[in-house]
Amino acid sequence: MNPSSPGARPQAAPPALDARIPSGPIAEKWDRHRLDSKLVSPANRRKFTVIVVGTGLAGGSAAATLGELGYNVVSLCVQDSPRRAHSIAAQGGINAAKNYQNDGDSVHRLFHDTIKGGDYRSREANVYRLAELSVNIIDQAVAQGVPFAREYSGLLDNRSFGGAQVSRTFYARGQTGQQLLLGAYQAMMRQVHAGTVRILPRREMLDLVVIDGRARGIIVRNLITGGFERYAGHAVLLATGGYSNAYYLSTNAVSSNATAVWRAYKRGALFANPCYTQIHPTCIPVTGEHQSKLTLMSESLRNDGRVWVPKQPGDNRPPPEIPEEERDYYLERMYPAFGNLVPRDVASRAAKRVADEGRGVGGTGLAVYLDFADAVRRLGREVIEERYGNLFQMYQRITDEDPYATPMRIYPAMHYTMGGLWVDYNLMSTIGGLHVLGEANFSDHGANRLGASALMQGLADGYFIVPCTLAHYLAGTPLPEVTTGHSAFNDAAAETEARLNRLLSVRGRETPREIHRRLGALLWEKVGMARDEGGLRQALAEIPRLREEFWQNVSVPGSENELNQALEYAGRVADYLEFAELLALDALERRESCGGHFREEFQTPDGDALRDDEHFAHVAAWEYAGEDRAPVRHVEPLGFEYAKPTTRSYK
Amino acid sequence: MNTMTLKLLVWRQARPAGPGRMVPYVARGITPEMSFLEMLDVVNEDLIRAGEDPIAFDSDCREGICGMCGLVINGIPHGPERATTVCQLHMRRFRDGDTITVEPWRARAFPVHKDLMVDRSAFDRIIAAGGYVSANVGGAPDGNAIPIPKDVAELAMDAAQCIGCGACVAACKNASAVLFVGAKVSHLALLPQGQAERARRVLEMVKQMDAEGFGACSNEAECEAVCPKEIPIGNIARMRREYLRAMARARR
Repeated sequence: MNPSSPGARPQAAPPALDARIPSGPIAEKWDRHRLDSKLVSPANRRKFTVIVVGTGLAGGSAAATLGELGYNVVSLCVQDSPRRAHSIAAQGGINAAKNYQNDGDSVHRLFHDTIKGGDYRSREANVYRLAELSVNIIDQAVAQGVPFAREYSGLLDNRSFGGAQVSRTFYARGQTGQQLLLGAYQAMMRQVHAGTVRILPRREMLDLVVIDGRARGIIVRNLITGGFERYAGHAVLLATGGYSNAYYLSTNAVSSNATAVWRAYKRGALFANPCYTQIHPTCIPVTGEHQSKLTLMSESLRNDGRVWVPKQPGDNRPPPEIPEEERDYYLERMYPAFGNLVPRDVASRAAKRVADEGRGVGGTGLAVYLDFADAVRRLGREVIEERYGNLFQMYQRITDEDPYATPMRIYPAMHYTMGGLWVDYNLMSTIGGLHVLGEANFSDHGANRLGASALMQGLADGYFIVPCTLAHYLAGTPLPEVTTGHSAFNDAAAETEARLNRLLSVRGRETPREIHRRLGALLWEKVGMARDEGGLRQALAEIPRLREEFWQNVSVPGSENELNQALEYAGRVADYLEFAELLALDALERRESCGGHFREEFQTPDGDALRDDEHFAHVAAWEYAGEDRAPVRHVEPLGFEYAKPTTRSYK
Repeated sequence: MNTMTLKLLVWRQARPAGPGRMVPYVARGITPEMSFLEMLDVVNEDLIRAGEDPIAFDSDCREGICGMCGLVINGIPHGPERATTVCQLHMRRFRDGDTITVEPWRARAFPVHKDLMVDRSAFDRIIAAGGYVSANVGGAPDGNAIPIPKDVAELAMDAAQCIGCGACVAACKNASAVLFVGAKVSHLALLPQGQAERARRVLEMVKQMDAEGFGACSNEAECEAVCPKEIPIGNIARMRREYLRAMARARR
C-alpha cells in the first residue's frame, strides 16, 4: 500500500464484479439455483477434504453439516475447544419470519426490514435467501434440543428487537448465542464420533495456500507446541469472524482477530466494505487504561430505560440531585417517534454528540445515563427484575453500582463488522474454492446490521447455503491432488516463519498491547462513530508511522517453537496495523454517509446520515496490489428491484 | 485514584511433563475496577517489557460465557465471588497488600500445558461420545410441532447453561466430572427431542467419562458451590437415575 497516495485510482476502471446472482423472480432464485447446482454423489463425498477455519455459528454449523453429508472435514479453531467461539456471547436472540405471533410477519417483510436496516447497501438476492432460510434454522435448532424460551402453551415465545414492528426474535434467556452454538458444536462432535470431522483446536491459521488460482490449503501454528502445520484440501472455508478488535477495545473476545482474512486478502481475495463497522450504543463505559475489553448490555434494555444527560455541560452532581427540568432526554427530544428505540447507529451517534458537547457523565465524561427509575415506578421493581435481572446483575458485578438505585452509565463501543471478504452468491471469494462464512464475509447486512440478525446469517451460511454451493464447486472444478509437499506450501510456510522470526528479532521496548492500544485510540478517534476527510487523512498518515514504530520497537520474548502467547498477540497486532490503513482508505473513498459509516460532510440539516445513491449504491471491494502499491478499488453495483431505497427517518 | 499493591504466588510450569513451582510476583498499580485477568495482564506487560516469559493463562470472551478462563485463586476455583467466572471477578474484592495464590485446575484428566493453562479436551470427547441429538440438517419438523411445557423447557435450560469451564472438576477432591456430564444428560433427557437416544447417551457419556480418568462422586457438592452458572447438583441425581434406567433396559 502506498500511504502517500491514499485512494489513488488505477488508470482504467476494473470491470464490475460479478456476484453470480441467479436469474428469475427474487422468490424463486434460491430454489432454482439449488436445482441448477451440480451434486457430489454420496460415495464420492469422502474423497473430498474440506478445511473449515473457525468453529462459531458459521464454521461449526458448516463442519457439522458437511460431515453429515459425508465429506472429509478438518475443523480448526484458536480456542481450546470448538465450543468457545465468540458466537457464544450473543445475548438477545435470532430473527426468523415464522409469523407465529400472527402479527403480519413474512419472508418478504423480514427481507424488507433487513434491506432498510442496512441502509440500502446490501444485495437483494442474498437478503431474500437469508429471510427464506430463517424459518428452517429455528426448526433445525429445535430438533437439536436447543431450549428456546416457551410460552405456557408449550409453543415458542418471541420478543421484539430494533428496526422491526413485529415480534420475530426467538431467544433462550439472555444466552441465545450460547445455546445455538452448543447445538452446532454438539452436531459437530457427533460427526467427530462418526469419523467425518477431525477437530484441531489451539491452531491459528497464518496463511492460505493458493495453487493454480484455487485455495488448496492453509499454514497454521500449533499454539501448544509452537510448530507449523500444513493442511491440504479441495476447498477452504473461512469462518473466522470480524475485525472489531482492530479498535483494541471492543465487545469481541480477546482472541477474535483479523489475521486469517487479512492473509487471504494478501493472497488475492478481495476485501469488501471494510468501513462498515457497527458501534453498539449500550455498553459499559471504559474505566481505565488497563481495560482489556468492553461488555455489552443488551439492546432490549432500551425498551424500558430512558437515556439522558444533564442539560448543562460540566454538571457533575450525582444523578438524583439533578432535577427533572435540568435533564435532557435527548433521544426522546430528537427522535420523538422512535424515542429510546432508534436503531443502533442513530443512538450511538447521538451519545457521541452530547459527550462532545461536554455533557457526558461519569469520571471520564464518556458516558450517558440509562435510567430505569420511571419504569420501576410504573411497573414495580419485580417486573423490571424479571425482564432484566441477569443484565442488572452483570452490570453490578462489573461496576459495583446498583442499577435499581442509580442510573446505569453506558456508552457506545465497537461491536460488529459488516465488512469482510467479498463473496459471490455462492459465498465464494475471488479465489476459487475459498468460501467465506458468517461475520468474516461482507455479509448480508449492508451498512448496518439489525439486532438478532447475526446468528441468523451465520447459521444460514453454515447449515444451508455452503453445503449446496460447495458441492457445485467441487463437482464442477478439476482439482488435481496436491500434497503438503507442494512448492506453494513450502513457500507459504517459509514466509510465515520468516515473519514470526522478524517479530522475535526486534527485541524492543514496547509491548504489542501498548502499540495495539494506540492504534485502537487512533481508529476510534478518526475512523469511529463520525469520520471526516481531514481525520481520515491524518489516520492514513499516522498508521504507517505506528506500523514502523512497531517493527522497530516491539518486544516479544521467547521463541517460536514453544507456547508463546506474546508472539500470537504480536502477530495479530502486526496485521491490524496493515488492515487499519485499508479501513481508513475505504472510509475516505466512500464519500457519503450510510448506516454505521457516518461522514461529517454528508449529513442532513438535522444531523442524520445522507446517502448518495447516485454515486455510491455499490459494494467497494479492494484488491491487494503489492507491498508498496495502493490497493485497487473494484465495484459491484447494487440494484434494488423489490425494496426501493428511501430515506431512513426515525423522527 | 487509589491503587493497590499485591503479592502474587503463581504456579509456573514450563512443560506438560516438567516440574512446576510457585513463583512470587508483585502486582503494582492495581485499581479496583480491574478484573482479575486484567491484573494478570498488567503483571505480564511488565514481564514482556523486561524480555521475560509472561505467565500463560487462558481466557477469551472475558464476560463469563465462553468457559475458557479458569484459575484456582486462594484455593477456590474462579476465586471468592459466588456464581462468577474469574474474568468477571474484580479487584475490588481484594485489599492493598494481600497475598494471592494463583494455580491451574488440578486433575489427572486435565494435564497442564504450561503455567495456568490446562488441557480440557476430555470434555470434548465426552460430548462426542453421545452429548447430542442426532438430527441431520434438512427435514426437521416445524419448531412448534411438539409443544414443550414451559417448566420443562426452563429446567432443560437450567442444565444447558453449563459453560464447560471445568471448575466442578477442579473443586472436587476426587476430580469428578459428574456435574458436567449430569448437566448435558439432563438437558437432553428432559426434552422430547432427546428421547430416542436417551439410554444410549447416558451409557456412552458415562463410559467415556470413566475412560478419561475422572474420579467418582462422593456427594461433597463442592462442584455446585463453585459453578459459575450455579448448575444444581440435582442434575447429578438425574444422571444416576437415567443411568440405572438405561442399565435396566439394557438387561431386558
